[in-house]
Amino acid sequence: MQNILELKNIGYSYHSLHGETKALKDISFGVREGEFIAIVGPSGCGKSTLLSIIAGLLDPEEGTIVVNNPDGSLHYPKIGYMLQRDHLFEWRTVYRNVTLGLELNHTMTKEHLETVERLLTDYGLDKFRDKRPSELSGGMKQRAALIRTLALEPQLLLLDEPFSALDYQTRLFVSADICRLIRAAGKTMIIITHDLSEAISLADRIIVLSGRPAVVKKEVTVALTLADDSPLAARNAPEFQQYFNLLWEELTHESNPQN
Amino acid sequence: MKAIRKIDETVFPNEEKTRKKKGFQRKKEAAELTKQEEFVKKHRRHHHEIASWRTILFVLFLVLWEISADFKWIDSFFFSSPSRVARCFAEQLQNNSMLSHIGVTLFETLFSFLLVLLFSLLVSTLLWYSPKLSEILEPYLVVLNSLPKSALAPLFIVWLGTGSRTIIVAGMSVAIFGSIISFYTGFQQVDPEKITLIYTLGGSRRDAFSKVVLPGSIPILLSTAKVNIGLALVGVIIGEFLAARRGLGYLIIYGSQVFQLDMVITSIIVLCIIALGFYKSIQIIEHQIKIRFKM
Repeated sequence: MQNILELKNIGYSYHSLHGETKALKDISFGVREGEFIAIVGPSGCGKSTLLSIIAGLLDPEEGTIVVNNPDGSLHYPKIGYMLQRDHLFEWRTVYRNVTLGLELNHTMTKEHLETVERLLTDYGLDKFRDKRPSELSGGMKQRAALIRTLALEPQLLLLDEPFSALDYQTRLFVSADICRLIRAAGKTMIIITHDLSEAISLADRIIVLSGRPAVVKKEVTVALTLADDSPLAARNAPEFQQYFNLLWEELTHESNPQN
Repeated sequence: MKAIRKIDETVFPNEEKTRKKKGFQRKKEAAELTKQEEFVKKHRRHHHEIASWRTILFVLFLVLWEISADFKWIDSFFFSSPSRVARCFAEQLQNNSMLSHIGVTLFETLFSFLLVLLFSLLVSTLLWYSPKLSEILEPYLVVLNSLPKSALAPLFIVWLGTGSRTIIVAGMSVAIFGSIISFYTGFQQVDPEKITLIYTLGGSRRDAFSKVVLPGSIPILLSTAKVNIGLALVGVIIGEFLAARRGLGYLIIYGSQVFQLDMVITSIIVLCIIALGFYKSIQIIEHQIKIRFKM
């Protein structure tokens, strides 16, 4: 499949009076349609900056992003962005939270609301529509946040460590659950994570970034033999450990220069 | 106990035993219920206790005040007494002046409170929209906020004359700068990620304000309002001291000038009640809003 987005030599620096901090340097990779990409790297290496650039929240200082839509059009793919926490608003009901994006874009049309209805039913949140976010479990909150994102019908989903606020057990289930739902919706996804196991179990391709300034250190294509569909299946795959060691090696070489 | 139960088991047939067990369970439920009831009772008793101590303290103070005045331990000319206060209040009520004084002070305080709310909301919104403007104005706000506002009152009198206008402006001047600063600080404390969320969903800065910043700041708006109503009352009384012919502040100044200290103390007590009333009303409004927004 062809690339829908192509990042070419992206560079970005943060500026302060004390000087310039280079965050990203010469980052290039392509994003294929329907692909799940995980970006891993040492903390503070500029992963979130990269995601903000792809989302269009920041403009790159160097390099370009080439759009390559399948239908030949030149418009930037619609982006859905999921932040580290769900950020559901307590002063709104679940329903008014998931329709927030539509409200902001003034697109509360019948079709869009039907999409929301379908997602609410599919994701088992139908009964909770009039509840407040605090009455939902951690997993349900993530699902609500996903509906809020999907309601705008994005083509490319960007997830910035979206499960880091959850406890480990919930995280295993929710990450598998959310990614299953995104795959079922046929979306392309880029996820940032610092959890190598999560990256291996969720992604088709893993991009390893170096420490500051971040460059693409390695690209790993993941192919796992899966026994079943459970959240733990990927982690039990025979190839899992090899991938883990490979990534671990890449990252630890980074943090210990004397090696 | 163990031994007895064993005997029970051997003596009673099965049916009997289950019935006994059920009875035991029911008893346990009853015990739990009474525990809950006990808790409620305890809670109520605690509240009764607090309320009665408050009343006792109040009555004790009144009685002590009255007795010490009657026995001439204190000079009731200077310190008045509950009976004199009551008489003074009744007299003032009869010639209708007390109610009009109270009315004037209430009106002026409420009016300046509402204007303070309106203005500080407008200004702090503007400051939030334009960080540059807020940076430019910051030292001015700080200076104006720390300035003793009573120093401005004589100026207001010269500029605006002696009337309700001056009093309302004086009331506003005490509360407004602090209020702007609190609102603006509240707006800034909103989680920046929540604002990013609005942008990622395609919203504008205006959306960020109306969907996140304003609803997220309601608790701060309410707590600031609680402080402001008290400050507005302070400002109004200061204004009335200097520039009024009506109102409780005027009554206090007038009373002290003609050595009618009963009148002064009566007015102060009425002020206490007004302040309490304001505080309680805002508390009720706060409660209602919290229920409405389920906060």
